[in-house]
Amino acid sequence: MKKIEIRISGLGGQGVVLTGQILGKAAVYEGKNVVQTQSYGAEARGTTAKSEVIISENKIGFPIVRKCDILIAMSQEALEKNLKDLKENGILLIDNSIIKIVPKTNAKIYAVPATEIAEKNFGQKLYANMVILGALTQITNLVKEKFMEKAIKDSLPGKSTSINLQAYKKGIESVPTFNPR
Amino acid sequence: MKTAKQGVYFWQGSEACAEAAILAGCRFFAGYPITPASEIAEHLAKRLPQVDGIAIQMEDEIASIGAVIGASWTGAKAMTATSGPGFSLMQESIGYAFMTETPLVIVDVQRAGPSTGQATKCGQGDVMQSRWGTHGDYSAIVLSPNSVQEMFDLTVKAFNLAEEYRTPVILLSDEVTAHMREQVAVPSIEQIEIVNRKRPKPSDKAFFGLTEVPPMPAVGEGFNVAVTGSTHDEYGIRSTADPLVHKRLVERLNNKIQNHAEEIAHVESYNTENCKIGIVAYGCTSRAIYEAVEYAETKGIKTGYVRLKTIWPFPEKPIKKLAESAEKILVPEMNLRQIFHEVKKVAEGTAKIIPINKIGGGELITPEELLDIIIKEAE
Repeated sequence: MKKIEIRISGLGGQGVVLTGQILGKAAVYEGKNVVQTQSYGAEARGTTAKSEVIISENKIGFPIVRKCDILIAMSQEALEKNLKDLKENGILLIDNSIIKIVPKTNAKIYAVPATEIAEKNFGQKLYANMVILGALTQITNLVKEKFMEKAIKDSLPGKSTSINLQAYKKGIESVPTFNPR
Repeated sequence: MKTAKQGVYFWQGSEACAEAAILAGCRFFAGYPITPASEIAEHLAKRLPQVDGIAIQMEDEIASIGAVIGASWTGAKAMTATSGPGFSLMQESIGYAFMTETPLVIVDVQRAGPSTGQATKCGQGDVMQSRWGTHGDYSAIVLSPNSVQEMFDLTVKAFNLAEEYRTPVILLSDEVTAHMREQVAVPSIEQIEIVNRKRPKPSDKAFFGLTEVPPMPAVGEGFNVAVTGSTHDEYGIRSTADPLVHKRLVERLNNKIQNHAEEIAHVESYNTENCKIGIVAYGCTSRAIYEAVEYAETKGIKTGYVRLKTIWPFPEKPIKKLAESAEKILVPEMNLRQIFHEVKKVAEGTAKIIPINKIGGGELITPEELLDIIIKEAE
C-alpha cells in the first residue's frame, strides 16, 4: 500500500466526520501517515457532509481527495454527488438500508444494511457508522482490527464505548452483498 | 492530566495549536467564538484549568485582546484565537500591544472574507491585514503553518518570538490547516526550546528602552511602571509632543524586529539554485506544491520552491536567491494577490512573477492546476 484515499459521505448527523477521524486515528496507531479533512454545510444536520482520509506510507502533500480509491456512501444524495470522484474500479461501500438505486459504475460495489443492523441490534440508527467501519475492515482490511478497536475506544470514551465496539463487530460479521443490481 | 506527553498523536490543527501553547507556557486565553477558530478556544477552555491556567470567553474580540494584554502584564504568557472579522476588531489593540511592548500570541484562522463572506470556507485574505492592520508605523511578526505538525511547532515558536522581542506575534493559519487532522510528533518538554521574557533586576527603572528589548516587570511586583499607548520615554513617562522621544521609541520598536528579520524569517526551500520554474507559496496553498513539483520533474521541468514559514518580516533573501535561478516564479494564493506584490518587489527584473489566484467555496489550488501552469510556463 503506497497511498489510499477514502471518502466517507452522508448526511450531517450520521457521524460521517467521526467515522473519518476514527479510521485516521487507527491508521496513525498502525504507524502510517494520515491526513483527515472534512466538509459540511453551515447547518448542523441534514445537508450532505463528507470526511476524507488519506493513508500513506510516505509524507502526504495535498490534503484534499480529488479521486478516491474507496467511497463510502450513507445517503442517496451523497452517493449521487460523489460517485464521479471514485476511481475506475475503485471500491464503493453503501448502506443499502438507505440507498436503493446505484447509478451505473465500474466500481466494485459492496452493500451492507448498516442502519438496519444498528437499529435492530442497538435500537438506534446512530451506530450505523460503526457498522460501516466494521464492514470496511472486513472487505479491505485497510487498518488492522486491533488498531480500529483502540481508535474507537480512544475516540468514544465512557459509556458508549462498548455499544460502539459491538456495532463495529456487527459490521465485521456482516455479509456484504457484492455488486448488487 | 498536565501538559501533553511525548508521543505521536492524531490531532486537529486547532488541538495541536492549543496543546503547543500550553507546553510553551501559555496560562491565559481570552477569546470570542468564531468559525473556524472556535476549536482552539474550546480545547483551551477544557485544558487550561487542568494546568492551573485560565480560559475566558469575553463579550467580543475587542475585550478579548484587552484581556490578553492585561494578562501578559501580570507576567502570564497569553493568547487569543479568532478569524478575519474578529482579527479586524482587534487591530487597534494590536497597535497598543506593539507600542507597550506586550508579548502575546494572536491566532488568526483565515476564512473567506471580506465581512462574513463564506464563514466555514477557507481563504488567505488576511495576509496584508496581519502586516498592516493596525495604524501607525508598525512591524509585525507573522508565522504561517502548513501542517498540523507546524500548528504545533510554530505556536511554540510564536510564543518564543513574542517573549524574545516583547511584541505581539501572529500565527496566521487557515481553515484547512486548523481543521484537518494529521499525526503530530510531540517532543518531551525538555526537548522543547522555551524562551521567557527578560525580567528586571530590583534596581531597574527603564522598562521601555535603553536596550533593544528592555526587561518587562509584572504588575504587583513593586516596580513603578506606567503602561501607556501614548508615546513614552524609556521610563514610561508620557511625552505627547517631543519629536525626538517619539522617533526614538517608534524606531526602536520597528528596528528590534527589522534588525533581526533574517533570523526570524524561516522558509522551507527546494531546488532553488537549479530551477527554471520557481514557486513561492505558504499555508494550505503550499500543500499543492510538493506533488506539482514531483510531477513537473518527471516531465523534465526543473522546478524549485520557497515555502514561507514566516510571512512577516518577509523572507527577502531566499526569494532573491530563487529569482536568480528561476526564469519565472509562480505565486499561488487563495486571495486576489497579496504576497504576489511582495515577491514582485523583491524579484522583479530578475524573474517574471506570475500570480495564480483562486477564491470561493474554500477550494484549494490543486497540484494538477499548478502543474498545468508549470507546464504552460515552461514551454
